[in-house]
Amino acid sequence: MSTEILTGAAAIVRSLELLGVEDIFGLPGGAILPTYDPLMDSTKLRHILVRHEQGAGHAAEGYASASGRLGVCIATSGPGATNLVTAIADAHMDSVPLLAITGQVGSHLIGTDAFQEADIVGITMPITKHSFLVTKAEDIPEVLASAYLIATTGRPGPVLVDITKDAQNAKVPFIWPPKVDLPGYKPVSKPHGKQIQAAAQMIVDAKRPVLYVGGGVIRAGANKELLKLAELTGAPVVTTLMARGAFPDSHHQNLGMPGMHGTVPAVTALQKSDLLITLGARFDDRVTGEVKSFATGAKVIHVDIDPAEIGKIRFADVPIVGDAKEVISELNDELTAMLGGTKPDTTEWWSFIDGLLERYPLGYLPASDGKLTPQHVIERIGEISGPEAIYAAGVGQHQMWSAQFIKYERPNSWLNSGGAGTMGYAVPAAMGAKVGQPDRLVWAIDGDGCFQMTNQELATCALNDIPIKVAIINNSSLGMVRQWQTLFYNERYSNTDLNTGTDTVMIPDFVKLAEAYGCLGIRVEKEEEIDAAIKLAIETNDRPVVIDFIVSRDAMVWPMVTAGVSNDEVQYARDAAPVWDGEE
Amino acid sequence: MSKHVLSLLVEDKPGLLTRVASLFARRGFNIESLAVGTSEIVGLSRITVVVSVEGAPLEQVTKQLNKLINVIKVVELEPDQAVQRDHMLIKVKTDATTRSQVLEAVTLFRARVIDVVADAVIIEVTGDTAKCAALIKVLEPFGIKELVQSGVLAMSRGSKSMTEKVLK
Repeated sequence: MSTEILTGAAAIVRSLELLGVEDIFGLPGGAILPTYDPLMDSTKLRHILVRHEQGAGHAAEGYASASGRLGVCIATSGPGATNLVTAIADAHMDSVPLLAITGQVGSHLIGTDAFQEADIVGITMPITKHSFLVTKAEDIPEVLASAYLIATTGRPGPVLVDITKDAQNAKVPFIWPPKVDLPGYKPVSKPHGKQIQAAAQMIVDAKRPVLYVGGGVIRAGANKELLKLAELTGAPVVTTLMARGAFPDSHHQNLGMPGMHGTVPAVTALQKSDLLITLGARFDDRVTGEVKSFATGAKVIHVDIDPAEIGKIRFADVPIVGDAKEVISELNDELTAMLGGTKPDTTEWWSFIDGLLERYPLGYLPASDGKLTPQHVIERIGEISGPEAIYAAGVGQHQMWSAQFIKYERPNSWLNSGGAGTMGYAVPAAMGAKVGQPDRLVWAIDGDGCFQMTNQELATCALNDIPIKVAIINNSSLGMVRQWQTLFYNERYSNTDLNTGTDTVMIPDFVKLAEAYGCLGIRVEKEEEIDAAIKLAIETNDRPVVIDFIVSRDAMVWPMVTAGVSNDEVQYARDAAPVWDGEE
Repeated sequence: MSKHVLSLLVEDKPGLLTRVASLFARRGFNIESLAVGTSEIVGLSRITVVVSVEGAPLEQVTKQLNKLINVIKVVELEPDQAVQRDHMLIKVKTDATTRSQVLEAVTLFRARVIDVVADAVIIEVTGDTAKCAALIKVLEPFGIKELVQSGVLAMSRGSKSMTEKVLK
């Protein structure tokens, strides 16, 4: 035990070091200045100076999602802190382990509307797993250790620690390890044995089981266990937007993504199933469509580390609270014993599904306006870069195409803003991912709208030797909104034109912008240039690369289930609903 | 719409009440009444909250409350296994002719008069929600000038304590 006298600021730095934190994304300001002083001397913490605090937040998210470790961001009080809000909300929706440290005005000034004062604990209360306001230096080690524990265990999530300037300046004995006392926090990771037996029996008895796999499987690192479960049961697997990569796309049991833009086989398998083996998924409205007509013939096994997710949307016949890795592993043991080397008979089920796979494969039509086909561009990025690469997307059409047309073979390779749908996530998240996984190739696949929200972090990437690749799927518009205007608003394109295409005023010119930021900028307008540009981007590692792919704005994301309608109404393409056999 | 009485054992931390209240607001749960105070253990508080649930089952309310880090325990107190008390102060208009009738009602309801002036009295009453409502009905014709009430307080019957296991 050490009894060194440290300032609160030094205690913050020391505590983070002792917790094993290595990388922090942040931007200093008045109320956090004391902490930036000892941070300068730390040899264990690498601080990456961002250009906007939102970038720090998403970078920490990308770091966490790519590496599985805690992501840490830091900002000053007031606007510095409020700029983190979007990223915190995003991390809350997608269960990302995130620690946000903010400076706060001196404790004697709190409540006086002091300069750069904002009640960030109050503001973020509904979007954090927990938060702390620290006004005494001696509380810092305990609070940071507690925050670390809360953010990384149970259902991961964002924790905010707001530390007043006087607490950073005060000198106190530094005691480590601190006593962490959280009597109200006892996450359950080990499942109940009886529930495992009940679930296994139900799986053995099912005729049309589906493994409905969510992001929890990735957060729990349960992909190996999942593979075993899939092979034991022979059940088809659907991987939600948050779970792409949890199960290899090359595996014949993988039907792809379910939901609003899911594959017809994935959507339909869920609808026709008699047992949903739900693993770390939460029956999100983008997956279920209209809830009352969702998988009406199915019983539900619901595995989640968060008890509040079970029964929130859909009744669970067998609820199992626990960590996905532990639960699936115990389920595998139980099933192995029960099956005794046999496999449940899923022949009939598979013959139905195989029919769907054959008739409704994922696909797209080439663009007819002479511009690039966006799906093809994204597909080529995936094919050339391979499954070890990391792909971070923004939000919209390009995100859906990236989820559909890149083949994911491993977890932590697909990063996106699933729950919150945060435009602007991609560039900073890719930056964070590259810092967390420097040996992997990292792509930000972004839209022209998204890119304009956070591209300032290209400066951070260029200056800090973080050679990410950015592919702008430039359709010169807010594409997904435009798609809805095409489909539901009589092609009245209200405020979705962004003028970034080559046949417009091109404000901004993304290639020039990239060059201004010290990046390699490439414009691709012809199909035959696509591969060479992607390869050049992969080979260029002395600076970030931005490729401006000029794509057709008329391309749409298919299949689609219109918001709020039944998943039975899935459209394979525009005005093309799947044709069902007579007996269906 | 069904009403439930929940008793919460919580850590006495800054912002705790906001966390509980904002959770109710965000998830669309309705609070009928709320009473907060210290418990017999230093550092721990008790919250009695009456919720009315419609649509979302009570289970969602308790699960979401349990997710709050500073909430240690949540129990539902069933009416037949718990005592519940409301506490109310009522200022009633009185004059020479009505005062005796008002005082008679006070006696019948085992309430108390705690302040008297020429043209009004303040009545204090403790009891379950039905009793308090009945007294208000009786007093209404005289003219209720002011009414304040605490949230419902509730405790399970018998010798068991909600805090027992928490003490280890």
